[in-house]
Amino acid sequence: MRRESGIDYEPVIGLEVHAQLSTRSKMFCGCPSVFGAEPNTMVCPVCLGLPGVLPVVNREAVSMAVMLGLALRCRIEATSMFARKNYFYPDCPKNYQISMYEMPLCVDGRVDLATDGESRHIGIERIHLEEDAGKLIHGSGDSSLVDFNRCGIPLVEIVSRPDIRSAAEAAEFLVRLRRILRYLGICDGNMEEGSLRCDVNVSLKEAGSDRLGTKTEIKNLNSFKAVETGIRSEIDRQTEILDKGGRIVQVTNLWDADGKRLVEMRSKEFAHDYRYFPEPDLPVLKIERQLIEKIKSELPELPFDREVRFREEYGLTAYESGVLCAERGVADYYESLVRASGDPKAGSKWVMREVLGELKSAGMEIEEFPLEPDRLAKLIVLVLDETISGPAGRDVFREMVRTGEDAEAAVARLGLRQVSDKGEIESIVDVVLRENPREVKRYREGKTKLLAFFVGQVMKLSGGKANPKVAGDIIRSRLVD
Amino acid sequence: MKETISLSIKELLDSYRKGEIRPLEVVRAYRERIEELEGRIGAFIYVSGDDVLKDAEKLDTVDPRSLPLYGVPVAVKDNICTRGCPTTAGSRILEGYRAPYTATAVKRLVEAGAVVMGKTNLDEFAMGSSTENSAFRATANPWNLDYAPGGSSGGSAAAVAAGMAPAALGSDTGGSIRQPASLCGVVGMKGTYGSVSRYGLIAFASSLDQIGPMARNVTDCALIFDVISGHDPNDSTSMIGYSADLSSSGGTGLRGLRIAVPRAVEGCEMSESVSDIFRKTVSTVEDEGAKVGIVDLPGLDASIACYYILANAEASSNLARYDGVRYGFRHDSDSLDGMYEKTRGEGFGEEVKRRILLGTYVLSAGYYDAYYVKAKKLQAMLREAYGKVFHEYDLVMMPTSPTPAFKLGERLEDPISMYLSDIFTTPANIAGLPAISLPAGLSQERLPIGVQLVAGARMESKLINAAVGLERLFGFREKCLPAEGEVI
Repeated sequence: MRRESGIDYEPVIGLEVHAQLSTRSKMFCGCPSVFGAEPNTMVCPVCLGLPGVLPVVNREAVSMAVMLGLALRCRIEATSMFARKNYFYPDCPKNYQISMYEMPLCVDGRVDLATDGESRHIGIERIHLEEDAGKLIHGSGDSSLVDFNRCGIPLVEIVSRPDIRSAAEAAEFLVRLRRILRYLGICDGNMEEGSLRCDVNVSLKEAGSDRLGTKTEIKNLNSFKAVETGIRSEIDRQTEILDKGGRIVQVTNLWDADGKRLVEMRSKEFAHDYRYFPEPDLPVLKIERQLIEKIKSELPELPFDREVRFREEYGLTAYESGVLCAERGVADYYESLVRASGDPKAGSKWVMREVLGELKSAGMEIEEFPLEPDRLAKLIVLVLDETISGPAGRDVFREMVRTGEDAEAAVARLGLRQVSDKGEIESIVDVVLRENPREVKRYREGKTKLLAFFVGQVMKLSGGKANPKVAGDIIRSRLVD
Repeated sequence: MKETISLSIKELLDSYRKGEIRPLEVVRAYRERIEELEGRIGAFIYVSGDDVLKDAEKLDTVDPRSLPLYGVPVAVKDNICTRGCPTTAGSRILEGYRAPYTATAVKRLVEAGAVVMGKTNLDEFAMGSSTENSAFRATANPWNLDYAPGGSSGGSAAAVAAGMAPAALGSDTGGSIRQPASLCGVVGMKGTYGSVSRYGLIAFASSLDQIGPMARNVTDCALIFDVISGHDPNDSTSMIGYSADLSSSGGTGLRGLRIAVPRAVEGCEMSESVSDIFRKTVSTVEDEGAKVGIVDLPGLDASIACYYILANAEASSNLARYDGVRYGFRHDSDSLDGMYEKTRGEGFGEEVKRRILLGTYVLSAGYYDAYYVKAKKLQAMLREAYGKVFHEYDLVMMPTSPTPAFKLGERLEDPISMYLSDIFTTPANIAGLPAISLPAGLSQERLPIGVQLVAGARMESKLINAAVGLERLFGFREKCLPAEGEVI
C-alpha cells in the first residue's frame, strides 16, 4: 500500500489461539468437561484449587495435543514441563494457571494456507497444554459471580510465528486451523461458545525492512469476522499514528464486537510479571516414542491433503474440493456417495447444491442428515440413467429427506418415472407448439433460445416426467421443418 | 490412666490383641490427659469432640489383628486436611475453614484403625521453627513450659512428648518434623521425597514438603510410616512402586555400618551441649563397630540459602489462593485489589508475609536467573554430592538442631537466627532424602538434644535399622525421662 507519507508499511501479524480440547474430563481432575451446565456443578476440590489439592495430568489431553502437533508437523518434545503462570484474578482459583512455558510440548510446525497456485504456510512456534479459567458473571450492582465449571478444562495454546501479512490471511489461517482441529475431533471449534479463542499481535514494519515495529495485542476476537475487522482496525490505527510521525505504544486492546472498535485494556507499564516457574506438583512430562508413532498411525487424512487428493482423484475444481473438504463428515459423505454412484462430478454437484443446502436450511450437521450416501447414490443413478429427470430428481431428494423413503419408492409414489417414449412426447410437443404460435414464429425467425421455453412447457404438461433431452430433440426437428 | 498412656504403640497393639484393653478406654485416657495438660501446653488448635468415642467404640466389632493401627490415637498437624473438623494451617486466613475432603495420609491412618484425637498447633503455614508463628496460640515445650517446642510441627511434638497422643503426623519442609522432635525429646522422621502422599497437605513448598510420623520411639514411627507411605494416584510426585515395611525390621545393630559426618559440622556454631552429645555419639557408634568417616559435602550455609530461595518461591505461589474470594477470612472493600490487599494483609502473619515477599522477589523478572535458577543448580549439586557419599557410606550423621530448645519469644524478633535453626535439617529436604531425629540426651538445663541420621533415597530401612540401634545405645527414655510431670 502506497501511503501519502511515501512509506509503505507491511503488517506483521501473529496469532495465539486457545482451543478447548474435547476430553471427557478436565485437565488435572476427574470432573466432566462440559459446556452449559448449571454454574458450579462441574467442580471438585482440585479444580476449585482448595488448600492441599494436587493436579494429575489428563492423558487423553496429552494425546490430543500430540495429535495436533503431528497434524501441524511440529516436533513433539520427548520431555516437556508444566509451569505456573502467577496472576491474581477471581476466575483463577489458585491465582496461578498451570501452563507450559520454557519447555512446551510441540514446537516448529506449520499450517498450509493455499491449496493451489503459490503455496503459503504460516509457521507454528509452539503448542502447549494448559488449564482454562472460570467465568466471571457480572451481575447487577457492584457484585460479580464466578462460575468455575470451565475452570480446569484442557486447552491447547497454539502460537503462530509472525508470518501473517494481512487481516484476510489471519482469518484464513484461523479457518484452516479450526478445520484441522475439527478433523482431528479434538475441538469443536465453536467460537461463540468460546471453545476456540484468538488473540492477535500486530505490528507494522517498513516494507523491505527487517526491523520490526512495536507490537500491540488484541484480545477478545471471538469470530472470524472479528479477527479480520479487528486486525484491519489495528493496522489502520497504527498506520495513522506512524503517518503522523507518532510512535506505537505497546498496549493490549480489547475488541468490542458490538461497537466494532478497539478498547485499550492495559499498557505496558501495567504489564504482568507472571513469575513463571516449573510446576513443582507435577513431574516433567515424558512422551514415549511409541505413543507418538501410535498417534501418528491413527491420524486421519488432513483437510489440506484431502483437497489435493479430491482434485487429482475426482477431477474436481479447487473450489469444489475446498467446499467438500471443509468438514470431515461432508468429505466422508461425498466419498461414500462416489463409491456407491460411481460418478464424482455428479456426486459433487449433488452434495454441494442439495445436501449442503438442505443442511443449511435445517441447521443440521452432516452426521444428523437422514439420507445416507448409499440411498442418495441410488437416486443419482436414476437421474443419470434418465429414469427420472433432473428436476424430478430434486423433488424426489426432498421427499426422501422428508419421509425417509428409498428413491425407487418415492419415484413410484410420485409417478415421476421419466417418459422417453418418442411417440408419447411427440404428442405433447404438438400440443405445446399449437398453443404457442407467436413463440413458434419468433423461433423460426432466429430466436432459437426459445427452445428452453418449449422444453419447459413440455415438462410442465407432462408433470415433469418427459425426458427433457428427448423433448428438445423433437422440438428442434419439428421447428426446422 | 498413666499406665495406659505410657504404653508404646507396639505395646498398645499387643494389649488389644490379647483382649486386655478396649479402644474406648484408651481414647478416654488420652482425652483425660489432654484435658489435664492442654491448658498449660497448648499443643492443639482443635481437640476432637465426642465423635472419637463413637469411633473407638465401633472398633469393638473389628478384630484387632486385622488392622495395623487398631485403636491407636494420633494427633494430626493442622496443615493436613481432615474432613469434618477445622483445618487452619495455623493461619487467621483459614479461620473457620473446613476441608471437604481428607488427606491421603490421614485417610490411610483411619483406614488402618487409628483414631484422630485433634489437630495440632504449628507455625502459620508451617513457616517457622518455634510454633510461635501460629495465629492462634503459642505451644509450650513439655520439658520446660518457658521454652518453645520448636517448629513448625511444635504442636505434634509437644503432644507426643506430653503423652497427649502416642504418635502424631507432622510435615517437614526444611526440618519441621525433626527439629521439634529434637527439641521435645521425641522421634521424628521424614521419608524420601515422594514416599508419603502430599494430597491434602496444605502446600508450603511443594517440591520439599513431606508428611511424616512423630512418636516416642523409632519402632512406633516406623509403624505409622508403613501405613501412610506408598504411591497415591492423587499425588503425581508420589513414588510409584514404593512400599515400606519398616516396622518388621528389628534393628540389625550398628556393627559394620559406614557412617559419614560432614566436615562442615565441626565448624558450625552450636551449643556446647549439642556438640558434646554429638561427639559422644560419634565415639559410641565407633565403639559399637561402625566406621565413621569425615566427608566433604557442600556447605551447610549454602544449602540453607538454597532452601530459603526455593521454599519461599514456591510458597509465594502456593499461598496466592488465599484471597478472600472463595473461603476463609475476607476483608471486604470497594475494589477487588482493595479486598485482596486487606484480606491478605490482615489474614497472614508477619513471617508468612515476609516469605511471600521474598519468594515473589526471587521469581520476578530480572531476578529469576540470579536466585531461583541458581538455587536449582545448587540443589542439583547437593543432590549429586549426597549421591556420591551414599556410594561409600550407609548413612550421614549430624546434629538435628544447633541448640536445644530456646525460650519462648527469644528469637521472635530475629528471623535470621530462627532460620539458622534449620541448618542441619534442610539438606535432607533439598536432596529429597529420608532422615530421622531421635533423642540422644539432655542438656545441662535438662532439655532434650537429638541426633539426626540421613539415608540415601528409598533407604528408609537402613535409617530405621540404625536408628533402632542408636536408640538402644542412648537409652534416652529409660535414663532421661523425669519420674513425673508434663513429659511421658
